[in-house]
Parts: sequence; C-alpha cells; structure tokens
Amino acid sequence: MANGAHPAEKREYPELATANDHPLLPLVARQLRFDINGCQIIRNISFWIGSSGRTVILGPNGAGKTVLLRLCHGLIHPTDGELRWGDLSVAEARAQQAMVPQRPVLLRRSVAGNVQHVLGVKRVPRKQRQDLVAAALEQAGLTSLASRPARTLSGGQQQRLAIARACVLRPAVLLLDEPTTNLDPGAVREVEEMIRAVGAAGTKILMTTHDIAQARRLASDVMFLNDRRLLEHASAAEFFSSPKDEVAARFLDGELLD
Amino acid sequence: MNPGVNEFSSAIGAAISMIVTLDPGLVEIVLLSLRISLSAVIIASIVALPLGALIALQPFPGRRGVVVLLNALMGLPPVVVGLMVYLLLSRAGPLGPMGLLFTPTAMIIAQSIIVFPIIAALSRQTIADLHEEYDEHLRSIGCTPMQSVLTLLRDGRYRLLTGIMAGFGRAIAEVGAVLIVGGNILHSTRVMTTTIALETSKGNLALALGLGLILVVLALSVNGTALVISDAAQRRYG
Repeated sequence: MANGAHPAEKREYPELATANDHPLLPLVARQLRFDINGCQIIRNISFWIGSSGRTVILGPNGAGKTVLLRLCHGLIHPTDGELRWGDLSVAEARAQQAMVPQRPVLLRRSVAGNVQHVLGVKRVPRKQRQDLVAAALEQAGLTSLASRPARTLSGGQQQRLAIARACVLRPAVLLLDEPTTNLDPGAVREVEEMIRAVGAAGTKILMTTHDIAQARRLASDVMFLNDRRLLEHASAAEFFSSPKDEVAARFLDGELLD
Repeated sequence: MNPGVNEFSSAIGAAISMIVTLDPGLVEIVLLSLRISLSAVIIASIVALPLGALIALQPFPGRRGVVVLLNALMGLPPVVVGLMVYLLLSRAGPLGPMGLLFTPTAMIIAQSIIVFPIIAALSRQTIADLHEEYDEHLRSIGCTPMQSVLTLLRDGRYRLLTGIMAGFGRAIAEVGAVLIVGGNILHSTRVMTTTIALETSKGNLALALGLGLILVVLALSVNGTALVISDAAQRRYG
C-alpha cells in the first residue's frame, strides 16, 4: 500500500514519485504541525518523498528545518498531523535510521570507542565489531586517530566521526542537520564526499542546510522551508533553474528574507 | 627564648620522630581512622551511587524537593548526626540491645550517614549533567534504559570518583560524630580527630601534633588526587 495510498501527494510531485524497494519510503507527512507553548514551530506541512536520493531541506535559520528533521526521526512528536515511513510509524522506523545533529554528541571515549558503543547497544556480536569499527574509521579517514579521545578531534574530524558512527550499521536512512556549519572549505568537501559515499551505498539521505551552494552540490530534490512553512518541493534541477515559489526565488537570488 | 615556644618546638620534634619511627600508638590510631572512614565511604557509596543515578534519570513527583533536600543534607553538622546515632544506639534507644555504642561499628554508621548525602548529591549532579548531554544521542541509537545507565556511569566514572573522594575527605576530618558515638577509648575507638581534640588538653602535644600533620597530609593528598584525576580525565576525554 505504500506507494498507492496517497494519490494526492503523489500527483503534487509526480517527478519524485519514482517507486523503489526502499524499506522506509515513501516518507509521507500530512498536515504536520508542531507547537511549543502555543507557539507554532511547524505549520501544516505536507510532503511525499519517494526517491532514495539526497533530499535537502533548504531554508534560512529559524525556518523550522531542525524541528522537521527531529520530527522525522521521532525525537519529538507532532502536535497534529501524521508522519509515516513506508508502512512503519516514526517510532518503528527509527531503528533503521541514524541521525547526526548539528552539534554531534561524541562520548567521552576514544574515536574507536565511540563506534564500538553503538555496536554494543545494537548487540552486534563481539567478533564482528572490530572489523566494523575498522571499516567505519577507514571510511571517515580516521584510522590513524583510532585511540585518540574523540573530543580532542578538530571540528571536521568530529563531524566525520559522527557520520561514520551513524552509518556503521548501514542505516536505511541517514538524517543530517546542518552537517557542515562552522567548517572550513576543506572540511566541508570531506564531509560532503562522505555523505555522497553513504548515499551511493544505498542509504537515503535527508539533510538540512541554509547553504544554497551546498544544496546545489548535493540535492537530488529540494524542500524549501521558510517561516515554518514548506513553500516548495521539487527536483533539484527544477528548483534551481526555475523556482515556482516567489520567496524561494528571492532566497536563491541571495536576498535576505525577513 | 621563652619557655612556651621551647616546649612547642620540642613537641614538633617529638611528633616528627613519632611519625618517622612509626610509633605503634600513632600507627594504631591512623589505621583505625582509615578503616572507619574507608568503610563508611564504601557503605555509603553502595547505596548513594545507584540512588543518585536513579534520582537523576527517573522523574517522579517531588523530585525537585528531594534534590534540594539532598543538597542541603551535604551540610549536615556531624555533631548532630553523632547525637542521633547516639540516641539510636544508647542502651535505652531502639537499637540499644545490639550493644554497638562506643564501638568502631557505631563510628562507621555515623560517618556513613554524614557521607551519604555528599556522594548521592554529587553523583546525581554528575549523572544529570551527562544525561542532558547524551540523552538525544542515546535515544537516537535506541538505547534501552539499562544501556543508557551503563553508558552514563561509565562515561561519568571519573567525576563519580571525585565525589566519593570528597566524601572520604569529609569523613576522615570529622570529629563531632565519632567523638560522641565512639568515645575516644584507647586501643578501641581512638581515631586521629578525637585524639587531637582530647589529648591536646591533657598536654600530650607531641601525639596531637603528629596526628595533625598526618591528617593534613591525608586531606591535602585526597583533594589533590581528586583534582589530578578530574583534570586528567578532562584532558583525556574532554
């Protein structure tokens, strides 16, 4: 029923409705609302994400990007509306997802210890852990730093470790919140390469950014959020060449939105 | 030179020679002090560490009140604790028949009570801080409550240890409670602090000074070690 159940959403974004056998897709949100103390943080957002590519949630600070991502991961619960990953509820889907927040929480352990901890929590048999840790650190380019305390790494290294740790068990979906904020261009390139590699290996990427250039480099489809609303959802090619929403067009022109 | 100063300097000399030659009387007192305070800290920790973690992690009605109470109890006057334990253990008291008054056991009980809120409050604070930081990540990767607790205890172990050492520092230097429930009985319940308190007035200045020196060194080294541990942990794990 996953692909046939929501014809309305499907019609809205026909170019994104590529069916696939991804276990958690499509991600469907209907009339999603989130309030804190009576203040609306997310206003009636609906969308349908069917492709397994890299979906980028683009928008200025305060648009509600982080909250939307946290709703999708089930860390917070919508005040109203519905959210489903394929046939699963958000809570059920979380076991097959990993999230890297804007400021990743690295445990007070070594670099390798941080990856081992996830494997322990997920009850991976001990003899498999060493190989998985080695592979994850290799992917992040941190093999030589395996025994270093994780919190003494540079910002870019910490971000790469957080992504490697999140991906060590190949989640079906990786959610990234502003993964390259405060990083220099070299570190940004390394992190973006990792994100590409993770996506190429079959993991669905759902990430937020306020950086238009980054969205251009990474997005296969773009959701443009401004002032707590979803204003446009289109394929990257379409969004960047001819945005339908007037606010999105102004944002792409480099205007500062109020 | 006036005779008072002379007497004082010869007492210091005698005190140092007692320490250097490991005077049996002095060693006995030091060992009893260590035995009592270490036992008290271990017993208090066994209850206080899990309780502190529980209060930090499990919301329940009145939790704020319990936290405030626990923090306030850190300043519990040892003399009052001594009095309460005395009343409990005295012959007419509810635990009188056990005959524990004026024994090292009574002193361990009293010190455990003094140290308990210190260790519980500090471990609650440690676990609560760490939990606030780790919670989202631990939920994201699907930790069970037990896995969360183990992660927090492990990553907070150095700060928990400094809490335990703060408790030990308080116990070893405390005089009011052990004096009331121990009674400073020679070869039985005489510890460093009670000896200093009572032998000074009897003119046994050398013993009091020697014990005072050892007590200062012990207190300084416990605090110094706690500082070094937390400092090293900070540098190592951030």
